[in-house]
Amino acid sequence: MRNLLRWETALVFLLVVVALTGQVGTDGSFLSGGNLFYLGLDIGEIALIALPLTLVIVAGEIDLSVASVLGLSSALIGWLWNAGWPLETILPTVIVAGALCGAFNGLLVTRLGLPSLAVTIGTLALYRGLALVVLGDTAVADFPASYTSFGTTPVPGTGIPYPIVLAAILAVLFGIALHASSFGRSVYAIGANEEGARFSGIRVKRIKLILFVLAGAVAAIAGIVYTFRFSSARADNGVGLELAVVAAVLLGGVSIFGGKGSLFGVLAGVLLLGGLRNLLILQDTSTEVLTIVTGLLLLVSVLAPSVTRRVGTLRKATP
Amino acid sequence: MTPHKGNSVAPPAPAHHAEMPDAPPAERTAARRLSTRVGRMRELGIVVALALVVIPTAVVNPRFIQPQSLRDLLLNASIVALLAVGQTLVVITRNVDLSVGSVLGLSAFLTAQQFADHPGTPLLAGIGFGVAVGLACGLLNGLLVALGNVPSLVVTLGTLYVFRGIDYALAQGRQVNAANLPDALLDLGSSRVLGVPVLVLVTVVVIAAAALHLRSYRCGRELYAIGSNPEAATLAGIPVARRTLTAFVLSGLIAGLAGALWVARYGTVDAAAGTGLELQVVAAVVVGGVAIFGGSGTVAGAALGALLLGTITSCLVVLQIPAFWQQAIAGALLLGAITVDRLLALRLAKALRTTEGTSHA
Repeated sequence: MRNLLRWETALVFLLVVVALTGQVGTDGSFLSGGNLFYLGLDIGEIALIALPLTLVIVAGEIDLSVASVLGLSSALIGWLWNAGWPLETILPTVIVAGALCGAFNGLLVTRLGLPSLAVTIGTLALYRGLALVVLGDTAVADFPASYTSFGTTPVPGTGIPYPIVLAAILAVLFGIALHASSFGRSVYAIGANEEGARFSGIRVKRIKLILFVLAGAVAAIAGIVYTFRFSSARADNGVGLELAVVAAVLLGGVSIFGGKGSLFGVLAGVLLLGGLRNLLILQDTSTEVLTIVTGLLLLVSVLAPSVTRRVGTLRKATP
Repeated sequence: MTPHKGNSVAPPAPAHHAEMPDAPPAERTAARRLSTRVGRMRELGIVVALALVVIPTAVVNPRFIQPQSLRDLLLNASIVALLAVGQTLVVITRNVDLSVGSVLGLSAFLTAQQFADHPGTPLLAGIGFGVAVGLACGLLNGLLVALGNVPSLVVTLGTLYVFRGIDYALAQGRQVNAANLPDALLDLGSSRVLGVPVLVLVTVVVIAAAALHLRSYRCGRELYAIGSNPEAATLAGIPVARRTLTAFVLSGLIAGLAGALWVARYGTVDAAAGTGLELQVVAAVVVGGVAIFGGSGTVAGAALGALLLGTITSCLVVLQIPAFWQQAIAGALLLGAITVDRLLALRLAKALRTTEGTSHA
């Protein structure tokens, strides 16, 4: 637990360092309202998907299909819009479809006992494939401005983008669910020791199923955000985003083996990755540096606990 | 590295027999025969699936089974098949290597650059250079996993980004074209021996070598032991860290070779070569019957898995089914494969229990 706390402190420290060097390096434009607005837009979808994914990973499972669910929901929006549906009906339908995608993942994992890594690599291809089947390689872009402006303008009177407001509300809900409810304690228990959790009366399968459904539904919401932000519904929206989200969650200190991690750390991880990317773009640094930095941060985040543990045991060994 | 003689040279089989070490030899061989049969059924299943895909396509369009299209089929599958072989070695030890696509990209670009900037580079030296790049990447992965004692999924996700980033940083938007590459290299990508493309032959040689390693050598068998039960493997005196390191080094080395062959095959290389290939490779391995949690599977199965996925793509083109269906079908196939595996494993476990039950009765 102490290691974990230390990692979150380190993340916040890194965030402050990035913010300060950014502020100095860009002559004050990094922390300006306009730039923070774009930073917020840029991390919107990753922040959204990272929330349920954190719970999934804490429970010891993984969902690599989230970006494909995002793409499928984007494709469905375009398809249904072309079919003449009103957006008020499309959006709930798409979220239900996302939840169904999640439920399919969850049922394969819980009922058949298949490893979630393999299942969700399969549904990663399946859902992306369905998105392509639904919409092909066309793009639908004639959405009314009243919807697309949610993705491009801030909440009136503030500089906050709508996706961030949405992510913040969901973050509070997921935070309560994970850290302040018996449901959340069950999620930790399942991740720490699944058999132990089952023997203490936790309905392991049902909780895992709920987590996968949540991941699917929120990924669909992220798909809606993505579609309106670029005012373009395409089947290939968000390709490869799953690795960025998993990287953000793991960077936030969540253990890939489950049972450890906090939503706060994950949000710090998302902010850190988004802030770094934004800073590098502001300074005209090529994005490949960001790719390397993302990878290195990920390596450090897993190596740090291992190294501190080793140093700890060494210290104990020498009296 | 001495060939392992004796009765444990049985073909790689699901690790379930390891769970009943106390059973009398007769029962054990019976159980092993059963599990071996299930293991073989797996490869047979892929062959049947291949037939189910190829035969209707050939009926609709007989040109599909002409030598030239068959050659293309094998050629297209060979790079993914190579990567799947390396991945199998890693997955058997209960690890995963997500960085293979990036290693391939880095090796492909550096190999192409080497040939383009130094026109006098001998063919084998250039390919060796690509292999060395891959080996270095695999060594880094292996050291982090084996010595850092950290989960391979996270490590290789990290190095996926690092290697690709280095690739882009070195390439700086440049592209190496076929015009700048030596003819000897490009010939390698298109030439044939006895009608079989050289790239396919190289792939077959790598598959055979890896299969022999896993089947008949102690260090190969130990990979299965590690994947079945890491603690037991440690207690049995198997150098777990060293074997895991070797698996990652081999996976990197093969990805490096695949990168060099990628240059030979496609001629034009930029920093994006092989992006996203890792998921295809993992899919091929899983479809090929390698358990994602280690301990069972064969390289032949994994290579057949790669061939099946590649063949489906080609068939869709021939049958004029929109290419959009390709990904959905590949995904459904993967899910079907792991579901069938699971059901078979459950039946096998039941059968083993019954065998054990009668022996105690």
